[in-house]
Amino acid sequence: MNDSFKDHALNLFSTGFHIDGRKLDEYREISYETGISNQSAEGSARVKIGMTEVVVGIKMEIGEPFPDRLDEGGIIVNAELKPFSSWKYDSGPPGINAIELSRLVDRVIREGKYLDLKKLCIEEGKRVWIVFIDIYPINDAGNLFDASILASLLALRDAKFPHIKNDRIEYKNLSDESLPLSKKIPLSCTVFICEENIIIDPDSDEENFIDARLTIGITEDNVICALQKGGMTPLTAEEIDKMVDLAMKKTKELREIIK
Amino acid sequence: MGYEKRYDGRKFDELRPMSARIGVVPNSSGSAIFQMGKTVAIAAVYAPKLLFPQFLQDDEKGVLRCEYNLMSFSGSGERVRPGPSRRSKEISMVTEKALLPVLNLKEYSNCAVDVYIELIQTDAGTRCAGICAASLALADAGIPMNDLISAVAIGRIENKIALDVTKKEEDYENGMADIAIAYSLRLNKITLLQSDGDLGRDELQDAIKLAKIGCEKIRDVQIKALKAKFEVIKDE
Repeated sequence: MNDSFKDHALNLFSTGFHIDGRKLDEYREISYETGISNQSAEGSARVKIGMTEVVVGIKMEIGEPFPDRLDEGGIIVNAELKPFSSWKYDSGPPGINAIELSRLVDRVIREGKYLDLKKLCIEEGKRVWIVFIDIYPINDAGNLFDASILASLLALRDAKFPHIKNDRIEYKNLSDESLPLSKKIPLSCTVFICEENIIIDPDSDEENFIDARLTIGITEDNVICALQKGGMTPLTAEEIDKMVDLAMKKTKELREIIK
Repeated sequence: MGYEKRYDGRKFDELRPMSARIGVVPNSSGSAIFQMGKTVAIAAVYAPKLLFPQFLQDDEKGVLRCEYNLMSFSGSGERVRPGPSRRSKEISMVTEKALLPVLNLKEYSNCAVDVYIELIQTDAGTRCAGICAASLALADAGIPMNDLISAVAIGRIENKIALDVTKKEEDYENGMADIAIAYSLRLNKITLLQSDGDLGRDELQDAIKLAKIGCEKIRDVQIKALKAKFEVIKDE
Protein backbone atom coordinates (compact mmCIF):
# COMPACT_ATOMS: atom_id res chain seq x y z
CA MET A 1 0.00 0.00 0.00
CA ASN A 2 1.23 3.40 -0.99
CA ASP A 3 1.89 5.57 2.08
CA SER A 4 0.75 8.79 0.46
CA PHE A 5 -2.50 7.11 -0.49
CA LYS A 6 -2.98 6.07 3.10
CA ASP A 7 -2.23 9.60 4.32
CA HIS A 8 -4.75 10.97 1.86
CA ALA A 9 -7.37 8.49 3.06
CA LEU A 10 -6.67 9.25 6.73
CA ASN A 11 -7.04 12.95 6.04
CA LEU A 12 -10.43 12.31 4.49
CA PHE A 13 -11.43 10.04 7.36
CA SER A 14 -10.65 12.78 9.86
CA THR A 15 -13.10 15.05 8.03
CA GLY A 16 -15.73 12.29 8.25
CA PHE A 17 -15.69 10.89 4.72
CA HIS A 18 -14.71 7.78 2.79
CA ILE A 19 -12.46 8.03 -0.25
CA ASP A 20 -15.52 7.84 -2.49
CA GLY A 21 -17.24 10.71 -0.66
CA ARG A 22 -19.64 8.79 1.56
CA LYS A 23 -19.93 9.52 5.26
CA LEU A 24 -17.88 7.12 7.38
CA ASP A 25 -21.00 5.45 8.77
CA GLU A 26 -22.68 5.02 5.39
CA TYR A 27 -22.91 1.88 3.28
CA ARG A 28 -22.33 1.98 -0.45
CA GLU A 29 -25.45 1.34 -2.51
CA ILE A 30 -26.93 -2.05 -1.64
CA SER A 31 -28.98 -4.07 -4.11
CA TYR A 32 -30.05 -7.68 -4.25
CA GLU A 33 -31.78 -10.23 -6.39
CA THR A 34 -33.03 -13.70 -5.46
CA GLY A 35 -33.62 -16.84 -7.51
CA ILE A 36 -30.53 -16.27 -9.63
CA SER A 37 -29.98 -20.03 -9.89
CA ASN A 38 -33.53 -21.30 -9.51
CA GLN A 39 -32.99 -24.07 -12.06
CA SER A 40 -30.20 -25.63 -10.01
CA ALA A 41 -30.29 -24.40 -6.42
CA GLU A 42 -33.11 -24.71 -3.89
CA GLY A 43 -32.54 -21.08 -3.03
CA SER A 44 -30.17 -18.40 -4.28
CA ALA A 45 -29.36 -14.73 -4.02
CA ARG A 46 -26.99 -12.11 -5.32
CA VAL A 47 -26.04 -9.08 -3.21
CA LYS A 48 -24.16 -6.05 -4.38
CA ILE A 49 -22.66 -3.52 -2.00
CA GLY A 50 -21.08 -0.95 -4.26
CA MET A 51 -18.73 -2.91 -6.52
CA THR A 52 -18.66 -5.89 -4.19
CA GLU A 53 -20.80 -8.73 -5.45
CA VAL A 54 -21.50 -12.06 -3.77
CA VAL A 55 -23.70 -14.96 -4.87
CA VAL A 56 -24.99 -17.59 -2.49
CA GLY A 57 -26.81 -20.82 -3.26
CA ILE A 58 -28.67 -23.21 -1.00
CA LYS A 59 -28.64 -26.95 -1.55
CA MET A 60 -30.60 -29.43 0.54
CA GLU A 61 -29.59 -32.99 1.26
CA ILE A 62 -30.87 -35.69 3.56
CA GLY A 63 -28.34 -36.99 6.02
CA GLU A 64 -27.90 -38.45 9.47
CA PRO A 65 -28.10 -36.14 12.49
CA PHE A 66 -25.10 -35.45 14.67
CA PRO A 67 -24.89 -37.98 17.55
CA ASP A 68 -25.42 -35.26 20.18
CA ARG A 69 -28.35 -33.61 18.36
CA LEU A 70 -30.50 -36.48 17.19
CA ASP A 71 -33.59 -34.35 16.60
CA GLU A 72 -31.93 -31.51 14.68
CA GLY A 73 -30.99 -30.92 11.08
CA GLY A 74 -27.73 -29.31 10.10
CA ILE A 75 -26.35 -26.22 8.42
CA ILE A 76 -23.06 -26.35 6.57
CA VAL A 77 -21.62 -23.08 5.35
CA ASN A 78 -18.85 -23.04 2.80
CA ALA A 79 -17.12 -20.02 1.31
CA GLU A 80 -14.54 -19.93 -1.41
CA LEU A 81 -12.34 -16.92 -2.05
CA LYS A 82 -11.32 -17.67 -5.59
CA PRO A 83 -8.97 -15.88 -7.97
CA PHE A 84 -12.11 -15.33 -10.06
CA SER A 85 -13.10 -12.42 -7.81
CA SER A 86 -9.83 -10.61 -7.18
CA TRP A 87 -6.13 -10.44 -8.02
CA LYS A 88 -5.30 -11.11 -4.41
CA TYR A 89 -6.54 -14.72 -4.28
CA ASP A 90 -4.89 -17.89 -5.50
CA SER A 91 -6.33 -21.21 -6.59
CA GLY A 92 -6.47 -23.99 -4.06
CA PRO A 93 -8.49 -25.28 -1.14
CA PRO A 94 -10.12 -22.67 1.13
CA GLY A 95 -7.50 -20.77 3.12
CA ILE A 96 -7.91 -19.29 6.56
CA ASN A 97 -9.75 -16.19 5.34
CA ALA A 98 -12.36 -18.25 3.53
CA ILE A 99 -12.75 -20.46 6.58
CA GLU A 100 -13.18 -17.45 8.88
CA LEU A 101 -15.81 -16.01 6.54
CA SER A 102 -17.81 -19.23 6.38
CA ARG A 103 -17.64 -19.82 10.11
CA LEU A 104 -18.78 -16.29 10.81
CA VAL A 105 -21.78 -16.60 8.51
CA ASP A 106 -22.55 -19.91 10.19
CA ARG A 107 -22.47 -18.32 13.62
CA VAL A 108 -24.71 -15.38 12.77
CA ILE A 109 -27.34 -17.71 11.28
CA ARG A 110 -27.03 -20.40 13.94
CA GLU A 111 -26.76 -18.20 17.02
CA GLY A 112 -29.23 -15.69 15.64
CA LYS A 113 -31.59 -18.69 15.53
CA TYR A 114 -32.74 -17.79 12.04
CA LEU A 115 -33.23 -21.43 11.07
CA ASP A 116 -35.24 -23.74 13.33
CA LEU A 117 -33.01 -26.82 13.20
CA LYS A 118 -35.54 -28.97 15.06
CA LYS A 119 -38.00 -28.53 12.20
CA LEU A 120 -35.39 -29.90 9.79
CA CYS A 121 -35.69 -33.29 11.48
CA ILE A 122 -37.49 -35.86 9.33
CA GLU A 123 -37.09 -38.95 11.50
CA GLU A 124 -35.39 -38.57 14.86
CA GLY A 125 -31.96 -40.15 15.05
CA LYS A 126 -32.12 -41.29 11.45
CA ARG A 127 -32.85 -38.73 8.80
CA VAL A 128 -32.61 -34.96 8.87
CA TRP A 129 -32.32 -32.19 6.32
CA ILE A 130 -28.85 -30.75 5.88
CA VAL A 131 -28.83 -27.21 4.50
CA PHE A 132 -25.72 -26.29 2.52
CA ILE A 133 -24.98 -22.60 2.16
CA ASP A 134 -22.34 -21.97 -0.49
CA ILE A 135 -20.85 -18.50 -0.77
CA TYR A 136 -19.05 -17.28 -3.90
CA PRO A 137 -17.72 -13.73 -4.19
CA ILE A 138 -17.98 -12.58 -7.81
CA ASN A 139 -16.13 -9.33 -7.29
CA ASP A 140 -14.35 -8.63 -4.03
CA ALA A 141 -14.28 -4.87 -3.61
CA GLY A 142 -14.26 -4.83 0.18
CA ASN A 143 -16.53 -5.75 3.08
CA LEU A 144 -17.20 -9.32 2.00
CA PHE A 145 -18.44 -10.23 5.47
CA ASP A 146 -21.54 -8.06 5.40
CA ALA A 147 -22.29 -8.89 1.76
CA SER A 148 -21.94 -12.62 2.40
CA ILE A 149 -24.18 -12.63 5.43
CA LEU A 150 -26.85 -10.59 3.66
CA ALA A 151 -26.73 -12.87 0.62
CA SER A 152 -26.89 -15.99 2.78
CA LEU A 153 -29.97 -14.77 4.62
CA LEU A 154 -31.68 -13.82 1.36
CA ALA A 155 -30.84 -17.16 -0.24
CA LEU A 156 -32.27 -18.99 2.78
CA ARG A 157 -35.41 -16.91 2.49
CA ASP A 158 -35.64 -17.78 -1.22
CA ALA A 159 -35.19 -21.52 -0.60
CA LYS A 160 -37.93 -24.16 -0.91
CA PHE A 161 -37.88 -27.77 0.19
CA PRO A 162 -37.59 -30.22 -2.69
CA HIS A 163 -40.15 -33.05 -2.81
CA ILE A 164 -39.15 -36.48 -1.57
CA LYS A 165 -40.26 -39.57 -3.52
CA ASN A 166 -39.34 -43.12 -2.46
CA ASP A 167 -36.80 -41.77 0.00
CA ARG A 168 -35.01 -39.84 -2.72
CA ILE A 169 -34.93 -36.11 -3.20
CA GLU A 170 -36.48 -34.88 -6.42
CA TYR A 171 -34.24 -31.91 -6.95
CA LYS A 172 -36.07 -30.54 -9.96
CA ASN A 173 -39.38 -30.66 -8.14
CA LEU A 174 -39.50 -28.01 -5.44
CA SER A 175 -42.44 -27.75 -3.07
CA ASP A 176 -44.06 -24.48 -2.05
CA GLU A 177 -42.76 -24.94 1.44
CA SER A 178 -40.16 -22.46 2.65
CA LEU A 179 -37.48 -23.34 5.18
CA PRO A 180 -38.44 -22.99 8.87
CA LEU A 181 -37.11 -19.47 9.32
CA SER A 182 -37.63 -17.12 12.19
CA LYS A 183 -39.60 -13.96 11.42
CA LYS A 184 -36.85 -12.10 13.24
CA ILE A 185 -33.83 -11.70 11.02
CA PRO A 186 -30.37 -11.65 12.57
CA LEU A 187 -27.95 -9.43 10.67
CA SER A 188 -24.39 -8.33 10.93
CA CYS A 189 -22.47 -5.14 10.53
CA THR A 190 -18.71 -5.09 10.36
CA VAL A 191 -17.23 -2.00 11.95
CA PHE A 192 -13.64 -1.03 11.20
CA ILE A 193 -11.14 1.06 13.09
CA CYS A 194 -8.43 3.05 11.39
CA GLU A 195 -6.41 5.12 13.84
CA GLU A 196 -9.12 6.93 15.79
CA ASN A 197 -11.77 6.71 13.06
CA ILE A 198 -14.66 4.29 13.24
CA ILE A 199 -15.92 3.40 9.78
CA ILE A 200 -18.12 0.87 8.03
CA ASP A 201 -18.12 -0.68 4.59
CA PRO A 202 -14.61 0.12 3.38
CA ASP A 203 -13.81 -0.61 -0.25
CA SER A 204 -10.85 -2.84 -1.09
CA ASP A 205 -8.36 0.04 -1.15
CA GLU A 206 -9.42 1.17 2.28
CA GLU A 207 -9.52 -2.37 3.62
CA ASN A 208 -5.79 -2.67 2.92
CA PHE A 209 -4.73 -0.32 5.69
CA ILE A 210 -7.44 -0.75 8.25
CA ASP A 211 -6.17 -1.44 11.80
CA ALA A 212 -8.90 -3.66 13.19
CA ARG A 213 -12.41 -4.86 12.44
CA LEU A 214 -15.24 -6.19 14.51
CA THR A 215 -18.09 -8.10 12.93
CA ILE A 216 -21.15 -7.89 15.12
CA GLY A 217 -24.14 -10.15 14.61
CA ILE A 218 -27.31 -8.58 15.99
CA THR A 219 -30.80 -10.01 16.30
CA GLU A 220 -33.96 -8.05 15.70
CA ASP A 221 -34.30 -7.63 19.49
CA ASN A 222 -30.89 -5.95 19.57
CA VAL A 223 -29.16 -8.90 21.16
CA ILE A 224 -25.58 -9.55 20.10
CA CYS A 225 -25.49 -13.08 18.69
CA ALA A 226 -21.99 -13.24 17.27
CA LEU A 227 -18.73 -11.33 17.47
CA GLN A 228 -15.49 -11.64 15.62
CA LYS A 229 -12.56 -9.32 15.96
CA GLY A 230 -10.03 -9.21 13.16
CA GLY A 231 -6.89 -7.26 12.46
CA MET A 232 -3.74 -6.76 14.53
CA THR A 233 -4.64 -3.66 16.52
CA PRO A 234 -6.10 -4.17 20.00
CA LEU A 235 -9.33 -2.41 20.96
CA THR A 236 -10.40 -0.60 24.11
CA ALA A 237 -13.70 -1.31 25.85
CA GLU A 238 -14.90 2.20 24.89
CA GLU A 239 -14.10 1.60 21.25
CA ILE A 240 -15.97 -1.68 21.30
CA ASP A 241 -18.99 0.01 22.85
CA LYS A 242 -19.00 2.66 20.13
CA MET A 243 -18.68 0.01 17.45
CA VAL A 244 -21.58 -2.00 18.87
CA ASP A 245 -23.68 1.15 19.04
CA LEU A 246 -23.03 1.89 15.37
CA ALA A 247 -23.66 -1.73 14.37
CA MET A 248 -27.05 -1.67 16.12
CA LYS A 249 -28.08 1.39 14.13
CA LYS A 250 -26.80 0.01 10.86
CA THR A 251 -28.33 -3.45 11.15
CA LYS A 252 -31.68 -1.74 11.64
CA GLU A 253 -31.20 0.06 8.33
CA LEU A 254 -30.11 -3.15 6.61
CA ARG A 255 -33.21 -4.90 7.91
CA GLU A 256 -35.37 -2.25 6.25
CA ILE A 257 -33.57 -2.76 2.95
CA ILE A 258 -34.22 -6.51 2.80
CA LYS A 259 -37.77 -6.42 4.20
CA MET B 1 -40.54 -44.79 -31.42
CA GLY B 2 -38.43 -41.88 -32.61
CA TYR B 3 -37.70 -38.51 -31.11
CA GLU B 4 -39.88 -36.37 -33.34
CA LYS B 5 -40.63 -33.40 -31.17
CA ARG B 6 -38.14 -31.78 -28.80
CA TYR B 7 -39.13 -31.62 -25.15
CA ASP B 8 -39.08 -27.83 -25.11
CA GLY B 9 -40.76 -27.47 -28.51
CA ARG B 10 -37.73 -26.10 -30.31
CA LYS B 11 -36.84 -27.02 -33.87
CA PHE B 12 -33.92 -29.40 -34.20
CA ASP B 13 -31.72 -26.61 -35.56
CA GLU B 14 -32.86 -24.01 -33.06
CA LEU B 15 -30.77 -22.64 -30.20
CA ARG B 16 -32.18 -21.75 -26.81
CA PRO B 17 -32.50 -18.02 -26.07
CA MET B 18 -29.07 -16.55 -25.47
CA SER B 19 -27.73 -13.47 -23.79
CA ALA B 20 -24.24 -12.12 -23.28
CA ARG B 21 -22.74 -9.16 -21.49
CA ILE B 22 -19.17 -8.14 -20.85
CA GLY B 23 -17.48 -6.29 -18.00
CA VAL B 24 -19.34 -8.05 -15.19
CA VAL B 25 -16.36 -8.53 -12.84
CA PRO B 26 -14.87 -5.06 -12.36
CA ASN B 27 -11.73 -6.36 -10.59
CA SER B 28 -10.70 -8.49 -13.55
CA SER B 29 -8.86 -7.55 -16.74
CA GLY B 30 -11.87 -8.69 -18.73
CA SER B 31 -15.03 -10.61 -17.99
CA ALA B 32 -18.27 -11.82 -19.48
CA ILE B 33 -21.48 -13.58 -18.62
CA PHE B 34 -22.94 -15.90 -21.22
CA GLN B 35 -26.34 -17.49 -20.85
CA MET B 36 -27.62 -20.27 -23.07
CA GLY B 37 -31.13 -21.25 -22.04
CA LYS B 38 -30.83 -21.91 -18.34
CA THR B 39 -27.09 -22.51 -18.38
CA VAL B 40 -25.27 -19.47 -17.04
CA ALA B 41 -21.48 -19.13 -17.23
CA ILE B 42 -19.34 -16.24 -16.02
CA ALA B 43 -15.72 -15.90 -17.06
CA ALA B 44 -13.08 -13.58 -15.64
CA VAL B 45 -9.62 -13.04 -17.11
CA TYR B 46 -6.70 -11.91 -14.99
CA ALA B 47 -3.69 -11.09 -17.11
CA PRO B 48 -0.82 -10.72 -17.17
CA LYS B 49 0.18 -12.45 -13.96
CA LEU B 50 3.80 -13.37 -13.29
CA LEU B 51 3.83 -17.14 -13.51
CA PHE B 52 5.04 -19.27 -10.62
CA PRO B 53 6.61 -21.77 -10.15
CA GLN B 54 9.20 -20.27 -12.42
CA PHE B 55 9.91 -23.39 -14.48
CA LEU B 56 6.43 -23.07 -15.97
CA GLN B 57 7.34 -19.73 -17.51
CA ASP B 58 7.83 -19.44 -21.24
CA ASP B 59 10.12 -16.58 -22.28
CA GLU B 60 8.55 -16.45 -25.75
CA LYS B 61 4.87 -16.30 -24.90
CA GLY B 62 2.32 -16.23 -22.15
CA VAL B 63 0.79 -19.38 -20.73
CA LEU B 64 -2.98 -19.71 -20.87
CA ARG B 65 -4.49 -21.32 -17.79
CA CYS B 66 -8.20 -22.05 -17.63
CA GLU B 67 -10.11 -23.12 -14.58
CA TYR B 68 -13.64 -24.40 -15.07
CA ASN B 69 -15.78 -24.78 -11.98
CA LEU B 70 -19.36 -25.60 -11.13
CA MET B 71 -20.51 -23.57 -8.16
CA SER B 72 -21.56 -26.08 -5.51
CA PHE B 73 -25.24 -25.27 -5.89
CA SER B 74 -25.28 -25.19 -9.69
CA GLY B 75 -25.49 -28.90 -10.49
CA SER B 76 -28.59 -30.62 -11.73
CA GLY B 77 -28.99 -32.86 -8.68
CA GLU B 78 -27.14 -33.11 -5.41
CA ARG B 79 -24.71 -30.48 -4.25
CA VAL B 80 -21.43 -30.60 -6.12
CA ARG B 81 -18.51 -31.01 -3.73
CA PRO B 82 -16.32 -27.92 -3.91
CA GLY B 83 -12.84 -28.15 -5.32
CA PRO B 84 -11.50 -29.56 -8.57
CA SER B 85 -12.81 -32.91 -9.77
CA ARG B 86 -11.47 -35.13 -12.53
CA ARG B 87 -14.28 -33.86 -14.72
CA SER B 88 -13.61 -30.18 -14.07
CA LYS B 89 -9.88 -30.64 -14.63
CA GLU B 90 -10.46 -32.28 -17.98
CA ILE B 91 -12.88 -29.55 -19.05
CA SER B 92 -10.39 -26.89 -17.98
CA MET B 93 -7.77 -28.55 -20.15
CA VAL B 94 -9.96 -28.87 -23.26
CA THR B 95 -11.12 -25.28 -22.78
CA GLU B 96 -7.51 -24.13 -22.93
CA LYS B 97 -7.01 -26.11 -26.12
CA ALA B 98 -10.21 -24.72 -27.59
CA LEU B 99 -9.16 -21.10 -27.02
CA LEU B 100 -5.42 -21.21 -27.71
CA PRO B 101 -5.51 -21.47 -31.53
CA VAL B 102 -6.90 -17.94 -31.86
CA LEU B 103 -4.80 -16.30 -29.16
CA ASN B 104 -1.55 -14.48 -29.67
CA LEU B 105 0.26 -14.43 -26.33
CA LYS B 106 3.64 -13.17 -27.54
CA GLU B 107 3.32 -10.02 -25.49
CA TYR B 108 2.91 -11.99 -22.29
CA SER B 109 6.26 -13.73 -22.01
CA ASN B 110 6.95 -15.29 -18.60
CA CYS B 111 3.39 -14.54 -17.59
CA ALA B 112 0.17 -16.40 -17.12
CA VAL B 113 -3.11 -15.45 -18.72
CA ASP B 114 -5.61 -16.81 -16.25
CA VAL B 115 -9.20 -17.51 -17.24
CA TYR B 116 -11.63 -18.50 -14.53
CA ILE B 117 -15.00 -19.90 -15.53
CA GLU B 118 -17.78 -20.32 -13.00
CA LEU B 119 -21.17 -21.88 -13.67
CA ILE B 120 -23.98 -20.33 -11.64
CA GLN B 121 -26.75 -22.47 -13.06
CA THR B 122 -26.63 -25.46 -15.36
CA ASP B 123 -28.87 -27.13 -17.89
CA ALA B 124 -26.36 -29.00 -20.12
CA GLY B 125 -23.83 -27.46 -22.46
CA THR B 126 -21.79 -26.02 -19.61
CA ARG B 127 -18.37 -26.40 -21.20
CA CYS B 128 -19.66 -24.76 -24.38
CA ALA B 129 -21.22 -21.85 -22.50
CA GLY B 130 -17.97 -21.57 -20.53
CA ILE B 131 -15.93 -21.37 -23.71
CA CYS B 132 -18.25 -18.71 -25.19
CA ALA B 133 -17.96 -16.66 -22.00
CA ALA B 134 -14.18 -17.15 -21.79
CA SER B 135 -13.69 -16.07 -25.38
CA LEU B 136 -15.66 -12.88 -24.71
CA ALA B 137 -13.76 -12.22 -21.49
CA LEU B 138 -10.43 -12.56 -23.31
CA ALA B 139 -11.60 -10.09 -25.92
CA ASP B 140 -12.81 -7.73 -23.20
CA ALA B 141 -9.38 -8.01 -21.56
CA GLY B 142 -7.79 -6.89 -24.81
CA ILE B 143 -5.77 -10.07 -25.30
CA PRO B 144 -4.67 -10.15 -28.97
CA MET B 145 -6.77 -12.71 -30.79
CA ASN B 146 -7.61 -13.63 -34.38
CA ASP B 147 -11.17 -14.61 -33.78
CA LEU B 148 -13.79 -15.35 -31.19
CA ILE B 149 -14.49 -18.95 -30.29
CA SER B 150 -18.10 -20.06 -30.28
CA ALA B 151 -19.17 -23.42 -28.94
CA VAL B 152 -22.32 -25.48 -28.83
CA ALA B 153 -23.45 -28.92 -27.72
CA ILE B 154 -25.07 -31.18 -30.30
CA GLY B 155 -27.04 -34.31 -29.51
CA ARG B 156 -27.82 -37.41 -31.54
CA ILE B 157 -31.17 -38.55 -30.19
CA GLU B 158 -32.58 -41.61 -31.96
CA ASN B 159 -31.96 -40.70 -35.59
CA LYS B 160 -32.18 -36.95 -35.11
CA ILE B 161 -29.34 -34.48 -34.73
CA ALA B 162 -30.34 -31.74 -32.32
CA LEU B 163 -28.68 -28.38 -31.76
CA ASP B 164 -27.96 -27.14 -28.23
CA VAL B 165 -29.31 -29.99 -26.11
CA THR B 166 -30.79 -29.57 -22.64
CA LYS B 167 -30.21 -31.74 -19.59
CA LYS B 168 -33.53 -33.46 -20.18
CA GLU B 169 -32.41 -34.40 -23.69
CA GLU B 170 -29.05 -35.58 -22.36
CA ASP B 171 -30.96 -37.91 -20.07
CA TYR B 172 -33.02 -39.34 -22.97
CA GLU B 173 -34.17 -42.81 -21.97
CA ASN B 174 -32.73 -44.75 -24.92
CA GLY B 175 -29.39 -43.04 -24.67
CA MET B 176 -27.95 -40.40 -26.95
CA ALA B 177 -24.68 -39.11 -28.26
CA ASP B 178 -23.52 -35.83 -26.77
CA ILE B 179 -21.09 -33.85 -28.90
CA ALA B 180 -19.38 -30.64 -27.84
CA ILE B 181 -18.00 -28.56 -30.68
CA ALA B 182 -16.16 -25.23 -30.66
CA TYR B 183 -15.56 -23.31 -33.84
CA SER B 184 -13.37 -20.52 -35.02
CA LEU B 185 -15.53 -19.39 -37.91
CA ARG B 186 -12.87 -17.13 -39.30
CA LEU B 187 -10.33 -19.94 -39.48
CA ASN B 188 -13.19 -22.28 -40.38
CA LYS B 189 -11.68 -24.77 -37.97
CA ILE B 190 -12.89 -26.81 -35.06
CA THR B 191 -11.00 -26.25 -31.83
CA LEU B 192 -12.95 -28.51 -29.50
CA LEU B 193 -14.48 -31.85 -30.30
CA GLN B 194 -15.65 -34.26 -27.68
CA SER B 195 -18.36 -36.84 -27.88
CA ASP B 196 -19.77 -39.71 -25.97
CA GLY B 197 -22.37 -42.16 -27.15
CA ASP B 198 -22.93 -44.02 -30.42
CA LEU B 199 -22.51 -41.93 -33.49
CA GLY B 200 -22.42 -42.89 -37.17
CA ARG B 201 -19.88 -41.40 -39.54
CA ASP B 202 -22.56 -39.46 -41.45
CA GLU B 203 -24.15 -38.35 -38.21
CA LEU B 204 -20.86 -36.84 -37.11
CA GLN B 205 -20.68 -34.87 -40.36
CA ASP B 206 -24.26 -33.68 -39.85
CA ALA B 207 -23.46 -32.71 -36.27
CA ILE B 208 -20.48 -30.63 -37.39
CA LYS B 209 -22.58 -28.89 -40.05
CA LEU B 210 -25.30 -28.13 -37.53
CA ALA B 211 -22.73 -26.89 -34.99
CA LYS B 212 -21.41 -24.44 -37.54
CA ILE B 213 -24.88 -23.02 -38.14
CA GLY B 214 -25.37 -22.71 -34.38
CA CYS B 215 -21.97 -21.12 -33.82
CA GLU B 216 -22.69 -18.47 -36.44
CA LYS B 217 -25.70 -17.34 -34.43
CA ILE B 218 -23.79 -17.52 -31.17
CA ARG B 219 -20.99 -15.46 -32.67
CA ASP B 220 -23.49 -12.74 -33.61
CA VAL B 221 -24.61 -12.54 -29.99
CA GLN B 222 -20.98 -12.45 -28.81
CA ILE B 223 -20.08 -9.65 -31.20
CA LYS B 224 -23.15 -7.68 -30.21
CA ALA B 225 -22.15 -7.99 -26.55
CA LEU B 226 -18.65 -6.72 -27.29
CA LYS B 227 -19.93 -3.79 -29.29
CA ALA B 228 -22.51 -2.91 -26.64
CA LYS B 229 -19.70 -1.90 -24.28
CA PHE B 230 -18.57 0.77 -26.69
CA GLU B 231 -21.94 2.05 -27.77
CA VAL B 232 -22.25 5.75 -27.24
CA ILE B 233 -25.38 6.75 -25.42
CA LYS B 234 -26.83 9.54 -27.48
CA ASP B 235 -28.80 12.32 -25.92
CA GLU B 236 -32.44 12.31 -26.89
